[in-house]
Amino acid sequence: MKKNLLISLKLTVALIIVLAVLYPLFIAAVGRLTPGGGRGETLSTNGKVVGYARIGQKFTDDKYFWGRPSAVDYNAAGSAGSNKGPSNPDYLAVVAARIDTFLVHNPTVTKEQIPADLVTASGSGLDPHISPQAARVQIARIAHVRGVTPQVLESLVDTYTESPMLGLFGPARVHVLRLNIALDQLKP
Amino acid sequence: MNTEILGVIVTFLITVLLAYPLGVYIARVFSGEKTFSDFLLPVERFLYRVCGINPQEPMNWKQFLKAMLTINLVWFVYGFFLLLFQDRLPLNPDGNPAQTPDLAFNTIISFLVNCDLQHYSGESGVTYFTQLFVITFLQFVSAATGIAMLIGVLNSLRAKTTDNLGNFWEIFLKTNTRILLPLCIVGAVLLAFNGAPTSFDGKDTITTLQGDTVQVSRGPAAGMIAIKHIGTNGGGWFGANSAHPLENPTYFTNMLELLMQMIIPIAVIFALGLYIRQKKFAYVIFGVMTVGMLLLVIPTMVYEINGSPAIANLGVSQTTGAMEGKEVRFGPASSAYWSIVTTIISTGSVNSMHDSSMPLSGMMQMLGMMVNAFYGGCGVGILNYYIYIIIAVFISGLMVGRTPEFMGHKVEAREVKIAMMVTLLSAFLVKGMTGIAAYFVANQPDIAWTVKPSAWLNNPSFHGFSEMLYEYTSANANNGSGFEGLGDNNIFWNVTTGFVLILGRFLPIIGPVAIAGLLARKKYIPEAAGTLRTDSFTFGMMTFAVIVIVTALSFFPPLALGPLAEYFSLK
Repeated sequence: MKKNLLISLKLTVALIIVLAVLYPLFIAAVGRLTPGGGRGETLSTNGKVVGYARIGQKFTDDKYFWGRPSAVDYNAAGSAGSNKGPSNPDYLAVVAARIDTFLVHNPTVTKEQIPADLVTASGSGLDPHISPQAARVQIARIAHVRGVTPQVLESLVDTYTESPMLGLFGPARVHVLRLNIALDQLKP
Repeated sequence: MNTEILGVIVTFLITVLLAYPLGVYIARVFSGEKTFSDFLLPVERFLYRVCGINPQEPMNWKQFLKAMLTINLVWFVYGFFLLLFQDRLPLNPDGNPAQTPDLAFNTIISFLVNCDLQHYSGESGVTYFTQLFVITFLQFVSAATGIAMLIGVLNSLRAKTTDNLGNFWEIFLKTNTRILLPLCIVGAVLLAFNGAPTSFDGKDTITTLQGDTVQVSRGPAAGMIAIKHIGTNGGGWFGANSAHPLENPTYFTNMLELLMQMIIPIAVIFALGLYIRQKKFAYVIFGVMTVGMLLLVIPTMVYEINGSPAIANLGVSQTTGAMEGKEVRFGPASSAYWSIVTTIISTGSVNSMHDSSMPLSGMMQMLGMMVNAFYGGCGVGILNYYIYIIIAVFISGLMVGRTPEFMGHKVEAREVKIAMMVTLLSAFLVKGMTGIAAYFVANQPDIAWTVKPSAWLNNPSFHGFSEMLYEYTSANANNGSGFEGLGDNNIFWNVTTGFVLILGRFLPIIGPVAIAGLLARKKYIPEAAGTLRTDSFTFGMMTFAVIVIVTALSFFPPLALGPLAEYFSLK
């Protein structure tokens, strides 16, 4: 027993040095070589940082493409999903209210055109993407508010649609922040 | 949608393709053959010397378990106190507070037993110091403990008659240096180059494009995300785990993290075949486990891709599937696949919120944990399967009227009793504790506790019951995922799941190691015409039947009250 305890103590100290000190320090050193230097990649317009490339942002203004609902209001100090079950009546009422709000802001759109990802909260509350359908369904509203033709916005959405990995794996998606930055830079 | 399904299929195939050479490597490492990693020998010899380990010293099953339990006890004390005083330790740029004693108790046990049930959120509940010195450290050593136990059992199967399971210290240390650490370095570097943060900077404050002020949590996460998957731990750096865009930034990292969590559990099956020189036996095990996995994965993918009937009733388009709690960059197919992989393998990391999965997907996730042996966690998956084999051997023996034998050793009353106790224990813990929790919610909702039982559940009715059932199932299976709507950071849940975690970890390890030790001491009986062949297709079917029957008998009643009832109410 005493021998086991002594070995346990020494081995624990040795492994702490290897696994909790040397290993993270090595990865941190490698991380400095990555884009963003391991601090998280950022996006800028006119030399001013407007956000992190991976982290979604809240857009409620009619002139921007909206992202998905968020359980943490897109404040990345934390992260969470709604954790609402599929049969929860309060939750279904919330989704119904989101649909109504969307229809009020987008009068030319019908219910069946709204993709579910636009009215359901993401897992992290920080989802930076929406589906291409979710971007397209907002084009009429933004064209109207900004006074540009829908064709311009359609080609912009196409440009900012990220195809599946290698064209083969996973879903196509639109990065909301990148799209909105490009939207702000459109010549009126 | 086709690209999403293709992504899942390719992820699985690549995993199996890479698991085979890893299995060969693992078998070579533990049989002492030459490998490319032999350059680490001097480091290991140095560590043996400073720690006073004699790597040649043989251990019988009791000594083997004693060594394991002693070092686990040391880690418990060490981690518990660091978590209690983390606010006064360095590397706390966000000024996070200390954990309360009940939370620290739960956290340390949870990581010690490779479960990683997290009743805190990574952004606010721990510091960079405890993330590295407690969480990351335990994610390595708890995984190594599981693998070392498996190798001990394999040593008993390797020799005809033996008392020696090998030297625990040597196997444990080599698991860290030869297997976990090299894989993690590769994984962490790939993660870092794809957007996972690595620096020690604290929270950043930014103004968004629309003009809101928000904060962004960061930290040296990439290394921990690697071991959290390689070691089938599952505890996340951030609260949202691998749904968080910094913890799982792209579809590529999603495939990588799926591969990392599945590769060792599959590789050790192949390693087993080579190590005990019974390749066919290993292929039968792999076949049974893969069939079990597919039976859980396929329906789950169908439910999630088809979307929620309740949302369909609201009139919107669900061509993108059931998206509540899911990320657009992964989509419903990969999220469904992940939710089953993580529950059959005891990882418990999530890339979507299981609480918002469709009712029967939730049931498949729970079944994965209830069986806990379709691949299963690092090392312990095969130990759980070993118990099912012993029961299958016993029942087959009764059916043909012969004394049951396994690998040339008579399986007698003592071994079967241990196997039965381990099996019954999980049903007893899960159903018993869920029953107690449900009693408080139903009959004492306003009892004067800090968090009243009426405030525990995030969803009413059947789904609320599922939240409690899932929590104890996850604790007992040492899984760590949750229906996270459950308000679990309070004394009741911290303490009760803490005890379920300890029992759910150590008894299913002690049981198989004891059986293996007892069997290996017995006289070897050479194979004869009447011997039950355990490497046959028929015996594989038999084991599968045992798994199905035991799980159905144990868990059908609570599943009927939770997910099944919700499914039928959702029409």
